[in-house]
Amino acid sequence: MSGIITMDDLTNEEIISILDDAERLLPVAEGRLYLPLLQGRILGNLFFEPSTRTRMSFETAMKRLGGDVVNLGDVKTSSVVKGETLFDTIQMVDGYTDIIAMRHPRQGAAQYAADSARVPILNGGDGAGHHPTQTMLDLFTIRRAHGTLEGLSVVLAGDLRYGRTVHSLSHALARFGCSVTFASPDTLRMPEEIVADLRAHGAEVTETDDLLAQIPGADVIYMTRIQKERFPDEDEYSKVAGAYKLHANDLADANAEMIIMHPLPRVDEIHPSVDKTRHACYFQQAFNGVVTRMSLMCWLLNVPVPEDVEAVGGAF
Amino acid sequence: MSVKEQSMRRVTAIRNGTVIDHVPAGKSLSVLKMLGIEGKNSNPVSLVMNVPSKKMGGKDIIKVEDRELTQNELDRLALVAPDASVAIIRAYSVAEKLEINLTDEVVDVARCTFSNCITNNHREPLPHRLVVTNRAPLELRCRYCGKTQEVDGLINNLL
Repeated sequence: MSGIITMDDLTNEEIISILDDAERLLPVAEGRLYLPLLQGRILGNLFFEPSTRTRMSFETAMKRLGGDVVNLGDVKTSSVVKGETLFDTIQMVDGYTDIIAMRHPRQGAAQYAADSARVPILNGGDGAGHHPTQTMLDLFTIRRAHGTLEGLSVVLAGDLRYGRTVHSLSHALARFGCSVTFASPDTLRMPEEIVADLRAHGAEVTETDDLLAQIPGADVIYMTRIQKERFPDEDEYSKVAGAYKLHANDLADANAEMIIMHPLPRVDEIHPSVDKTRHACYFQQAFNGVVTRMSLMCWLLNVPVPEDVEAVGGAF
Repeated sequence: MSVKEQSMRRVTAIRNGTVIDHVPAGKSLSVLKMLGIEGKNSNPVSLVMNVPSKKMGGKDIIKVEDRELTQNELDRLALVAPDASVAIIRAYSVAEKLEINLTDEVVDVARCTFSNCITNNHREPLPHRLVVTNRAPLELRCRYCGKTQEVDGLINNLL
């Protein structure tokens, strides 16, 4: 069995179908409707490094659909600390569960687990590699806001060099014909091979260090956190990070429908004044992680999502 | 005497063993390393480096005595000498001609060169799999972490 390790595991048609299913599952994710599509199924949550949103949203997603969850727990108290290989851990959890969500500090760990397991693996982040379920929830958020994924103008801003989220997302956006602008300090630019790859696939890509100038034409501004530890000293960090902060005052010329996204946690790249504007979408985005992961698990477990969820679901 | 004859006669003919011809000039030491031939404990080996070649401009030739390389061993050479020609010699005559096959995936030949790849935990038991993404020029990616591999780096990571 394989699962979803990178976005390349899904065709555009499959992405749309999974997002359509997620759309129908919204009342279930919101707790307005009881629909135990995954009753009797068990999710293994294997987070070998810290995670708040991804781990909790996987757990919530499975429980909203009537299934159950077993957790690896703290790595420091698990058999991993005794030197157990990933292969052995997967063999064990494979026997306990029907599907596994996994985050691991080493790149390639998700594919390795998928090659070792009988049950499907959902990659929740492997080192600086891929994080496809984040990309799916980002796409869901964008589509809900704009009604389409095609032909949008998307600005990705901040740390584009190390952020696995923006790497996967930029590839996915290019697949749907979006024009992509990368706004970052010079030292944190999108890796050249990714820019070249996107252009080779016909994507319209612009690179700039001026985030604010991009606001008027954007449909989406996707902010990321610039991490202090990427810089040799604090002065250098402050100088650079200051240019990648959004304040409500910066949004006067924005399109009415423009949304601001952020994978969270934020530090100070989005000022709280933005939270009250119509553009703020990051908390909705975090919620969308639940419904998107519900849909992904149904898809991987071959459980069809009913066309009319309201008709088959029960009230609480 | 033809260029070919001159090249081949720089070392004496071998009675039994394997001749690897058309190795890219300067790559024969890498080939020996890939075959695990090093130090004092191997069979007699003759090496000719940087001789003229009509086909390649320059080439290396390796003769390994009293050892017939297996197809599996030869396929490892695809990483550095994919166009080399190989002859098994018995009683001074060519008994067999073998080809080096570059398969779609190079399995358990070298470890991924990316230090944070899961396969660089030496206790993990699954095979090391490098996917061939382009044949000329040769490009490989680790099946697991997806990183593009430098062939020179792989030679330092042979299993």
